[in-house]
Amino acid sequence: MTETLTAPPATRGLVEITGVRKSFGATEVLKGVSLTVEPGGVAVIVGPSGSGKSTLLRTINHLEKVDGGHITIDGRLVGYEVRGDRLHELREKEILKQRTEIGMVFQNFNLFPHLTALENVAEAPVVAQGRTKEEARRRGQELLDRVGLKDRAGAYPRQLSGGQQQRVAIARALALDPKILLFDEPTSALDPELVNEVLDVIRELAKSGTTLIIVTHEMGFARDVADTVVFMDQGQIVEQGTPQDIFSNPQEPRTRSFFSKVLEPAFNI
Amino acid sequence: MSSAATTVAQSQQQQPAAPREAPPSKGAAAARQAADYSSYRVVAARHPWRWVGTAVVALGVLAVAWSLATNPRWEWGVVAQWFTAQSVVNGLVETLKLTVISGILGFVLGFILALMRLSASPLLVSVSWTFSWIFRSTPLLVQMLLWYNLGYLYEKISLGIPFTDVRFFEVQTTTLISQFAAAVLGLTLNQAAYSAEIIRGGILSVDQGQLEAAAALGIPAWRRSTRIVLPQAMRAILPTAFNEIIGLVKGTSIVYVLAYSELFYTVQVIYNRTQQVLPLLLVATLWYIVITSVLSVFQYYIERHYSKGAVRTLPLTPLQKARKFFATHAPAPTRRNI
Repeated sequence: MTETLTAPPATRGLVEITGVRKSFGATEVLKGVSLTVEPGGVAVIVGPSGSGKSTLLRTINHLEKVDGGHITIDGRLVGYEVRGDRLHELREKEILKQRTEIGMVFQNFNLFPHLTALENVAEAPVVAQGRTKEEARRRGQELLDRVGLKDRAGAYPRQLSGGQQQRVAIARALALDPKILLFDEPTSALDPELVNEVLDVIRELAKSGTTLIIVTHEMGFARDVADTVVFMDQGQIVEQGTPQDIFSNPQEPRTRSFFSKVLEPAFNI
Repeated sequence: MSSAATTVAQSQQQQPAAPREAPPSKGAAAARQAADYSSYRVVAARHPWRWVGTAVVALGVLAVAWSLATNPRWEWGVVAQWFTAQSVVNGLVETLKLTVISGILGFVLGFILALMRLSASPLLVSVSWTFSWIFRSTPLLVQMLLWYNLGYLYEKISLGIPFTDVRFFEVQTTTLISQFAAAVLGLTLNQAAYSAEIIRGGILSVDQGQLEAAAALGIPAWRRSTRIVLPQAMRAILPTAFNEIIGLVKGTSIVYVLAYSELFYTVQVIYNRTQQVLPLLLVATLWYIVITSVLSVFQYYIERHYSKGAVRTLPLTPLQKARKFFATHAPAPTRRNI
């Protein structure tokens, strides 16, 4: 394996997406998307539903196979390997290994309901990275502390509120020490008063040097936390730039019409 | 009936001298403001029909019990005499042996068939489907007789490399397929066909997001099935699986066609000799009831185990309920550290 040699933290987690296309049956949901996220960067993807945001996110950890184009992480192809002049699809085992470098947080949490919060967090490090059980549990407890759930380690997901469940899910993704974290609408399934406790945890992560790619409808949060805001519509990136550029001075009519619908007047300074 | 209940309630309501300041005649608005019901006694709604129903059913139960106890033709003495007879107990052991062996083999094979059916290979899917189709559409009785008479169709059974003359070993079919082997084979294959569908249903009932989350965490495929999917699928599998096992217990009685001396065949042999048909059938029936009851207890505790995390608080077990009852109803509770 050509692993990058002793890379300092700020240089791991470069994501390069080049001309990615994806169809479900006759519908093309990604029509040649290219995007670069710098190591330690925070990219927030916004856009109307059905614009392909979630699908794009799921191609990054190969949960969806791409039909065209390619994705690299720190220069290494995701899901494929170059041999001669051919791309060989990686075997399941190697794909799983790649995925341990890419954490993912889902809209519906997808916690394992029959395992406690701590068991949820400590499962993958043991079976996917070969750590010892004690080590995984100790680290799991640390991570639960970090997301503010010190006392709920023994609780089952159904005994936790939505916001607490999503924080456990974030701790679970962090347990593998990923280079990159993908958030797929992490607050869309939450009651409004629980949204902030999750966003606060993500804000903390944004400062940690991990690359974050976030799909969200929380515009205030996007403006707050993003280096780059990406606006997608109908399977394409329409516009991208700093939060200032995109929110206050959008160039494309489609971007302007979208923000005029989703931004509250008070926010639209 | 409901009008009778309300008049009772009303007549009792008016008894306490409530501080009702505004009589209804003064106008609805005033009454609404002044009404204070805090000193009223609450009278629970009456359910006279529930009592009528209870009485009718109790009478019926009593009549059945009375006839069972007093009708001499049930011959309870004969039942008691044969219930623990050595031959009957031997038959019972054979029944349990068949149930356990074909139950375990059937569910293991069923699990493999379910995984085949869910795999991406069209060949595995169709082989699994065809297996279930054949074994679910032929009578168990026919399957039994077919396996037992396999020696008629194939004189010798050998293990070797197909389409060559290489043979590792070869035996006479009739020596390989004893009554026991035919019984286990028939029951196992039949059971596998049904349990495959039950297990497949259970696996399908687990949310797709669970697999996705496990895959995103890099958890290997085998571990995903055993640690994430199966424990959750068990909740859907268990009730039907126990139905199947209970069915299998009684299904073993069909083995009598092979003259295999399990419980049912044993009592048949006995009553053919003694002519006490009904009491001996009763002996077999009572044993089947005992086995089923024991299985139900297992079912309760196993289901409870797998409901971990699915319910917020686990329900009390009957033992815990009893303990709680005695703790709260004891005449003079002895103080103890719990």
